[in-house]
Amino acid sequence: MPQNRIRNFSIVAHIDHGKSTLADRVLELTETVSGREMREQLLDSMDLERERGITIKAQAVRVPWKGHQLNLIDTPGHVDFTYEVSRALQACEGALLLVDAAQGLEAQTLANAYLAIENDLEIVPVVNKIDLPQANPDQAAADLAELIGGSRDDVLRISAKTGAGVEAVLDAIVERIPPPAGDPAAPARALIFDSSYDQYRGVVAFVRVVDGSFRTRERLRAMALGTRFEAEELGFFSPTMSPTPRLEAGEVGYVITGLKDVSKLRVGDTLTSEAHPAAEPLPGYKDVKPMVFAGLFPTESDDYPELRDALEKLKLNDASLVYEPETSQALGFGFRCGFLGLLHMEIVRERLEREFDLDLLVTAPNVAYRVLRNAGEEIEVHNPAEMPQEIETIEEPYIRASIIVPREYVGAVMELCTDRRGTFDHMEYLSEQRVLLLYELPLAEVVIDFYDQLKSRTRGYASFDYDLAGFREGALVRVDVLIAGETVDALSLIAHRESAYPRGKQLVERLREEIPRQMFDVAVQAAIGSRVIARETIKAKRKDVLAKCYGGDISRKRKLLERQKAGKKRMKQVGAVEVPQEAFLAVLNLGENKK
Amino acid sequence: MSAHARHLYVHLPFCAHRCGYCDFVTAIGRRGEHGTYVDALLAELRLESHLLAPELDTIFLGGGTPTFTEPAQLERLLAALPPAAEVTVEANPETMTAELARLLRRTGVTRVSLGAQSFQPALLNVLERRAGPDVVRRAFYRVRDAKFDNISLDLLYGIPGQSPADLQRDLSEALALGPEHLSCYELEAKPGTRFTHAHGAELSRQAESMETYFEHVVERLTAAGYRWYETANFCLQGERAGGRDLRARHNLGYWLGRDYLGIGLGAVSTIESERRRNTPRLAEYVAALGRATTPSRDVEALPDEVRSRERLMLGLRLDDPLLLETVASAIDEEALARLERLGLLRRTGVNGSQALALTTRGRHLGGSVTAELMA
Repeated sequence: MPQNRIRNFSIVAHIDHGKSTLADRVLELTETVSGREMREQLLDSMDLERERGITIKAQAVRVPWKGHQLNLIDTPGHVDFTYEVSRALQACEGALLLVDAAQGLEAQTLANAYLAIENDLEIVPVVNKIDLPQANPDQAAADLAELIGGSRDDVLRISAKTGAGVEAVLDAIVERIPPPAGDPAAPARALIFDSSYDQYRGVVAFVRVVDGSFRTRERLRAMALGTRFEAEELGFFSPTMSPTPRLEAGEVGYVITGLKDVSKLRVGDTLTSEAHPAAEPLPGYKDVKPMVFAGLFPTESDDYPELRDALEKLKLNDASLVYEPETSQALGFGFRCGFLGLLHMEIVRERLEREFDLDLLVTAPNVAYRVLRNAGEEIEVHNPAEMPQEIETIEEPYIRASIIVPREYVGAVMELCTDRRGTFDHMEYLSEQRVLLLYELPLAEVVIDFYDQLKSRTRGYASFDYDLAGFREGALVRVDVLIAGETVDALSLIAHRESAYPRGKQLVERLREEIPRQMFDVAVQAAIGSRVIARETIKAKRKDVLAKCYGGDISRKRKLLERQKAGKKRMKQVGAVEVPQEAFLAVLNLGENKK
Repeated sequence: MSAHARHLYVHLPFCAHRCGYCDFVTAIGRRGEHGTYVDALLAELRLESHLLAPELDTIFLGGGTPTFTEPAQLERLLAALPPAAEVTVEANPETMTAELARLLRRTGVTRVSLGAQSFQPALLNVLERRAGPDVVRRAFYRVRDAKFDNISLDLLYGIPGQSPADLQRDLSEALALGPEHLSCYELEAKPGTRFTHAHGAELSRQAESMETYFEHVVERLTAAGYRWYETANFCLQGERAGGRDLRARHNLGYWLGRDYLGIGLGAVSTIESERRRNTPRLAEYVAALGRATTPSRDVEALPDEVRSRERLMLGLRLDDPLLLETVASAIDEEALARLERLGLLRRTGVNGSQALALTTRGRHLGGSVTAELMA
């Protein structure tokens, strides 16, 4: 297909604003699938795929429209994958900016829209759900027009549900979005914008060919990582996998690589031909590093091998997940895992628990710290317990947070951000009612319960997005927790010098509540180095006897003690003290005590 | 099973009223049925007599309220039971007439255990006990007048609303009567009882302030010359005991992990590697024995390791050191060392054999210590 007949686009939208419904309508309207197949093949595709043992999901669908080839490229849906989103957007020349006529713009949409604008994409604004009674399409259209600096007359109004206006969207894609402008005669270059793993066929790369063309069975090379492989199969989704002998400049498709390790092929890398390699890779490749870390421990220590296997399997599909074995004196054997962000952590945790049926104990999340030691050596610390005492400086990651709230909550949000060591950047009215606030915040202050707090202080109205703003030096200290004189590694935390005291105090108070009284007094202390900053005492029990024990009671009392003993075994032993697992989560839930 | 149990428990379930805190197998009133019930008991005794040793050490009549049983039927039962060195009957103060006391004496009863519970009218009221303090004292004297030289009093502490001063008053009143033996129990709000429904919230509120009551009881009674020989039991010793061992011999059988036969409604027996519990349904029990067949029973297997654990649990309730060799398999050695370091338990020797003894603090924490020590 000549490039002037190709249009590559994605849809930028908030969850529930109708992205997948619109995608379904596009497939129907272009007769890529019939209505009946729609239901059977697409809506149930996940189940079907599972039954067949195929785990490749369509990341890009090719549809025909009035003599053109349209490629709809899917973008990952959440904040932790900003980089992946940016790569997917880079594979396009245009984007539909889809907004719910009733809900208006959300922070996530805005962030991705800005990302699209930064990538010089042609934005086609679309207001969806105009059929809803509470819809305000005029307002939404005005907001959209202002955002992209266009006329509100250019804003398309549709109902993806009923199909009204969708044809006009397809026409607009052809008319407004420019065709690809690569050089078909140059050495081949393709951008990897996503990848997947299939247990039979290995890593599948989703690519956008920029220059030249690729052929099946050709030897290829990933330019940043240097990985070499043979293209076992080239193809595109329509919407099922359709092999093709060639992928040409401007086209979007997949490459089956046969590679057995997803980390060998990273999103953002450039594929080229081994025989006629390009001189330069495409710009923009970044080695994405995890920013949020947490220890994952099996509740039952016997489940350690299952956890290891589960992480290995997850990693196959998720190159951004990193982990290494960790041994905690309090929690036993587990893994320290690195995530792109909080949501990524939640997703991984949920998948481990749901898909692998594991009972997990997840420690309080922390961020990556860059530490300059006294000797001048620079190290990266992923675990508070490993933070050395003798240090020159500590740097912590900061984020640029964009928060959209109704105007009446601006004060509450500013207060929260200030509490969390945030620096105000700027504020703008998106409409009369909706305000965009930009703050720089230490990621560490966000990983614990920032999002929950934001939601609760704005009655759920705030929407939030962030991207990383780099590392900055901070007055940070390591706070240790000692139970009966023993440091509990799993409870150590890094805090800003000013908040170390209140956090230490809150933590030991919480632990006093969580740790049951023992047969002796137990001191719970928070300390910075050798200096104790907070202390609580769990008073010893004075009495604990089974009142009566005669002939008829013996079985029941014995079972009672056996249960008590079993309960003790489930507790973690810190020195002579039995600490229930909930206590270890106390750090995580510290925020609940705040207002 | 061979014949060797030297302890016999007889359950008499009848009561005038079911107290709110009670979770024993009881039957209210049913005066007309006492005769048939005693028939059933004696039938069961005949069926099970092969399990008993030729000479019994102890018999214990518990309830219910054994002394609420019609006197004629109670007398018939006592007369039919085999002789034993100790025969104890549980009694409620309001049932204790002078005639009944004499009847018990005449029929070979050697020991009476009187359920006083408290001497404070308000607290007795909370417990739904019918006897006031005067009735409790009068009952005690009637038993004494019938020449009983081994009387035990039951006291409860931790009653909703009981102040530390109330506790001291109850202890003074009890000591003033000079009983040979005292059992002091903390009131347990057992789930599902009416009492817990009514007072559970109050009990958990006062739990912490009442934590010291047990210490008060132990201090006061040992200061008065009583031997704290079991977690909840005290007896006179030495000179004041006239050289007698006044520990409850029947209960000592339980605590030493010996076999016992229980007959009657809901009664429990432990014979070798089996524990069984009779049906708690009166009609079913009586009907089965009316046909001279054994009543339906729950049976629990007691493999060696379980009996060993029970010996540990029960043995640690006593003040006498527990021989290590009898419970070694039930013990977590690491926990033993830990508890020793914490000063809750010590190793000692008895006739050249290793034994375990709880320290005073260890005894106050006996439940946790045992749970910890169990392998």
